[in-house]
Amino acid sequence: MNDFDVTVIRQNWQFLAEGLALSALLVAVSVLGGVVLGALLALSRLSRLPLLPALVAGYVTVMRTLPLVLVLFWFYFLGPFLLGHPIGSLTAALIAFVLFEAAFYCEIIRAGIQSVRPGQAQAALATGMTHAQAMRLVVLPTALRAMVPLLLNQVIIVFQDTSLVYVVTLRDFMTAASIIASRDSRPIEMYSLVALVYLAICFTASRLVAALWKPAPR
Amino acid sequence: MITITQVCKSYGTTQVLRNCTAAVGLGEVVVVCGPSGSGKSTLIKCVNGLEPFDTGTITVDGISVGDRRTDLPSLRRQIGMVFQNFELYPHMTAQQNVSLAQIHVLGRSRKEADQRSEYLLARVGLADKLASRPGQLSGGQQQRVSIARALALDPKAMLFDEPTSALDPEMVSEVLDVMQALAQDGMTMMVVTHEMGFAQRVADRVLFMNEGKILEDTPKTDFFTAPTTDRARQFLTKVLRH
Repeated sequence: MNDFDVTVIRQNWQFLAEGLALSALLVAVSVLGGVVLGALLALSRLSRLPLLPALVAGYVTVMRTLPLVLVLFWFYFLGPFLLGHPIGSLTAALIAFVLFEAAFYCEIIRAGIQSVRPGQAQAALATGMTHAQAMRLVVLPTALRAMVPLLLNQVIIVFQDTSLVYVVTLRDFMTAASIIASRDSRPIEMYSLVALVYLAICFTASRLVAALWKPAPR
Repeated sequence: MITITQVCKSYGTTQVLRNCTAAVGLGEVVVVCGPSGSGKSTLIKCVNGLEPFDTGTITVDGISVGDRRTDLPSLRRQIGMVFQNFELYPHMTAQQNVSLAQIHVLGRSRKEADQRSEYLLARVGLADKLASRPGQLSGGQQQRVSIARALALDPKAMLFDEPTSALDPEMVSEVLDVMQALAQDGMTMMVVTHEMGFAQRVADRVLFMNEGKILEDTPKTDFFTAPTTDRARQFLTKVLRH
């Protein structure tokens, strides 16, 4: 019991891998869904339509002030209540994550777009482009470069946040490890492994982006 | 070519344009000058609809800019505009900057557009800078790229909004030379500038603005020798002293 025994990892690798796969699925769906929905929210918030920007601002504020655990619980219990039949923990968690992350991506994307000088869009419009063309061809490419570090940071936060899904009975990597830790009484081995894996993934991800990302030219 | 009739515009309670009326004929070069905050830039941006105005009418080649039914993108592609801060697209090379609207607005092929861009960049003296990004170019070079970008749409008229105000003194003349050559080729031009030397050499007429009003609209010789208003006389003694 006092020795540091790594065989517990080898014996349970499949169980742990399944947990990691669930974490990966949650990250992938929340980031993709969050960025797409977040971009739509950001464009709505920047639009000159009546009411819509205020509604989006309200949504963003609510989501950003609530703890993620609460949002998870909320969809887990509210889904069945509204639909009249259970929606399953995974569906509830995915919906909660996408809607929650969209609020954060909305703000990152909005700030990125606003960091581009208004003169850039004017110059594009002056050459006869439509608003949509000016946004797509001129504003967004520059805005994206400014956003990349923040977008990545948010991916890492999402990855860390996936460990919260145990509250709706899902078994992500962290949860899987903690089940084995108590079942086999190997907390030191399991939690060291978890720390190493999180560290390795997050560190590699941020190195990778730092290598690929070139600062926006001024 | 451009007619501005009784145009007024306010931001809240501040009136920035008061009953502005002026015209720029085909092939004419009109310089707009006046102290800072007099509404020059706002007026020129109203001409291609980048700034909306409250009352009055502006027509370009017979098309009303303020009319809701007017297709602004198609109107704007006929009027080139050059900005004080160049506003080149930082993620593209000089050539891509000049080609972009040709491809996406005029529907030219990339090859056709790039050939045209190469010709235009050579014309503004930048044949060797096709592959440079704006960040690698001096202010004067960037402004010449932006003139080429505007010319790429074969505009009927060109608007210049203080094209040399953001430049180091040494680079002012390289930009003014390009503009002078354009004027000599018969381009219709409306130029907001403090460069009185340029006005004396190139302009046909000078508009003098103060506090949102056009105080003078005169042939350039009259403006420099016999301004009719005190405000213009004051302005001239201050800007011509150095």
